[in-house]
Amino acid sequence: MYDCIIIGAGISGCSLAFELSKYSGKVLWLEKNNDVADETTKANSAIIHAGYDPEPNTLMAKYNIWGNKIIPSLCKDLDVPCKNIGSLVVGFSEEDDRTIEMLYKRGVQNGVENQRIIKQPELSVMEPNLNSDCTSALYAPSACIINPWQFAIALSEVAIQNGVELRLNEEVTSIKKDGDIFIVNDTYKAPLVVNCAGVMCDHVTGLIKKPDYKITPNKGEYYLLDKSQGNMVHHVIFQCPTKIGKGVLVAPTVDGNLIVGPTSTNTDADDYSTTSAGLKIIRENAVKSVPNMKLQENIRTFAGLRARSDTKDFIIGEDKDIHNFFLIAGMASPGLSSASAIALDIVRMMQEKDYFLNLKKNYVSTRKVVRFKEMSHEQRKEYIEKHPEYGRIICRCETISEGEILDAIRRSPKPVSLDGIKRRCNAGMGRCQSGFCGPRVQEILANELGVSQLDIVLDKNGSYILCGRTKENGDE
Amino acid sequence: MNNRYDVVVIGGGPAGLASAIAARQNGAKSVLIIERDKELGGILNQCIHNGFGLHHFKEELTGPEYAGKYIDEVDKTDIDILLDTMVIEITPDKMVYCSSSIHGYLMIQAKSIILNMGCRERTRGAIAIPGTRASGVFTAGAAQRYVNIEGYMPGKRVVILGSGDIGLIMARRMTLEGAKVLAVVEVMPYSNGLNRNIVQCLHDYDIPLYLSHTITDIVGKSRVEKVVVSKVDENRNPIEGTEMEFDCDCVLLSVGLIPENELSNALGIEMDPRTHGPIVYENMETSMEGVFASGNVVHVHDLVDFVSLESETAGMGAGRYVSNGEVSKNRFVRTINGDNISYVVPQYIRKDNVEKSVELSFRVRRPTQQVNIVVKDGDTIIAKFKKEHVIPSEMEKISIPKILLEKADKELVVSIEEDA
Repeated sequence: MYDCIIIGAGISGCSLAFELSKYSGKVLWLEKNNDVADETTKANSAIIHAGYDPEPNTLMAKYNIWGNKIIPSLCKDLDVPCKNIGSLVVGFSEEDDRTIEMLYKRGVQNGVENQRIIKQPELSVMEPNLNSDCTSALYAPSACIINPWQFAIALSEVAIQNGVELRLNEEVTSIKKDGDIFIVNDTYKAPLVVNCAGVMCDHVTGLIKKPDYKITPNKGEYYLLDKSQGNMVHHVIFQCPTKIGKGVLVAPTVDGNLIVGPTSTNTDADDYSTTSAGLKIIRENAVKSVPNMKLQENIRTFAGLRARSDTKDFIIGEDKDIHNFFLIAGMASPGLSSASAIALDIVRMMQEKDYFLNLKKNYVSTRKVVRFKEMSHEQRKEYIEKHPEYGRIICRCETISEGEILDAIRRSPKPVSLDGIKRRCNAGMGRCQSGFCGPRVQEILANELGVSQLDIVLDKNGSYILCGRTKENGDE
Repeated sequence: MNNRYDVVVIGGGPAGLASAIAARQNGAKSVLIIERDKELGGILNQCIHNGFGLHHFKEELTGPEYAGKYIDEVDKTDIDILLDTMVIEITPDKMVYCSSSIHGYLMIQAKSIILNMGCRERTRGAIAIPGTRASGVFTAGAAQRYVNIEGYMPGKRVVILGSGDIGLIMARRMTLEGAKVLAVVEVMPYSNGLNRNIVQCLHDYDIPLYLSHTITDIVGKSRVEKVVVSKVDENRNPIEGTEMEFDCDCVLLSVGLIPENELSNALGIEMDPRTHGPIVYENMETSMEGVFASGNVVHVHDLVDFVSLESETAGMGAGRYVSNGEVSKNRFVRTINGDNISYVVPQYIRKDNVEKSVELSFRVRRPTQQVNIVVKDGDTIIAKFKKEHVIPSEMEKISIPKILLEKADKELVVSIEEDA
């Protein structure tokens, strides 16, 4: 018997598990994939928005503003890369000027602090590579860039340290109710269930009632450019939304790359493919903001899914029909920016029901990782003397040491895939895209897990890398 | 092992081995090779096919045999070697910072440095192939390592994109290991590999080569299930309606090599956007005095023999630099791309530093038959060479004798003129 079952280990589930783990109570956490943060959380714009975009008086507005205030310090505590670089919504026309004015007013209503409208020539001073045809911009200094999956993983690591029981590879296929107690997958019992299943939220709700909302997975495709392009801009650069679309953004990433995208097309819940048409839209639109960027310096294209609800807002809190069945649903943008605040609010709602009232005595709320790259020469010398495995560099592009990879594997939740390691310590994130380090990481992971290299997958279950030994057919 | 050397060589592949030996023979009293792998030899160790050394050793060797000859030579000298050690940073005052789990974090002071880091493969990302993120997409070199060094098969039904030499070699290798290579797909109207590899690796095994085609979609939820291949027009854009599907579990990419210049860029030496490598003088010295570079880090070669040759020049330059000091820059000429030329190395030639002749390496932009390679300064023809045919995939080399070089005043424009 548990006190609460969390369904889904994306940023919403990770944030909630983290907050709940500080309190006395047994929490079970179910995730269908072999790792946390393996769907929407790993493929998005990686931005903590300032909060001028959501319509006033929506949950999106409320939680975005709140989340923006708490995430930077949370990231500091958890040693997660997060940089407060600010954002610019840039305009090229009178119509855009009106949009910028409207967004500014919305920002004021929502409570965005320190935003202001910037004109030329100040704009070109702030962003020398911006198209000089840009006439004005909404500057929101509180916007941040973040590593979203490391954020989620850090939250999950702390949650697990505090006693949350995470079960990976456990897809929720049935939810029943026996009196006040939920029975999930005919096995797990708890009085509280939280559905934060991302693009599958409506499906999970459908296991216990006819869903009263619909989630439409909406795909966004991206380019990720080499670090040679990372200094192209110094803020998150948005284009003005128009009748045709929201435009594409150009932003540095916390790792020093340049992210360019996204597109927007409705699709299926497991469609993470990029398309010729989508990539073309990005290419054509991105150069409007930043004409000099070199898209040929691309190192990866990818796609992510937004969990868009037909209610056009987040769905947060207790289900109106099912007592003690909580929802964190419809977490499209600004979901990443809001998840931490939502988690706090859900805990409050549970406390109003007399659950999770007592803080644990010695709960953990911080985390630290050693990053070779961030050390000075002297620090490296000293650290490697004590920890020689940090002296062997495995990922050449990102300068990631064997020590960092081993540390990632020895933490819980334990990564079982190459991408799981990449998400934790950046090995394979660089310009060669794991061409050199992939086989090395695979070997280290196989050794640590005590399995054959043949058993190591690239990412999700089934994404096997090797299909056998050579000379296997030799006797035929 | 100490922390001061006359010459520090970054990289223990064919370039590093040759330049270290040459540096030691030409005046450097102490030489150190730093290699990030656990063995010397670089990428040659996984190139177990033959065809190496025809120019340099006048015999046909495998990659490991070719490397072995140089490693034996190094073993006969007092050159120090650091293996399993990665150079993290080089500073303009010639401090080399490197890291190893065995030797710890080292700070080594060099009088001269030779950059021999080689190159790396372009990836799926670099050419932005659309499709899913399914596993089963490898660069040809990564697949080669799996098969030849580690004994693993990366796929059973294979489509290869790009007809660079590694792609062609891997088409044969995968076939010999029992995989079915369904197609080699090349976006250009001609192959990017050596002709002998087209014949020996594709024709001999009935592997079809689709010129002017490219992969336009990779399909498969968790593992590659199929690829879509389309014909392209003269601007390399896919033509709708020409799609072919191949059921495969593996895609190998042989879509070009990029000199690996992270250290060079951080050091701040001048780079050539045409080669993606450092700008070099006639003795392979870079824009930074006492820092030399050779091999694939300067420009991508087709044949290791020429990497060795170029690296001997670099090693000699470094050896002489530590014993004789700086070279006079008083009289120098630049090399310039003329018609149908994509780059020329070296980019600068200091005439007083040329003894008998200077070698120019270059590539053409498009295949051409019956040509004259012409070197001019303004209207003055410095040299002219007849050639049956030139193709982009084969690096051309010409040698300009000092006596002719003296005729040049400012620049050497290399161009390809078709025979009328």
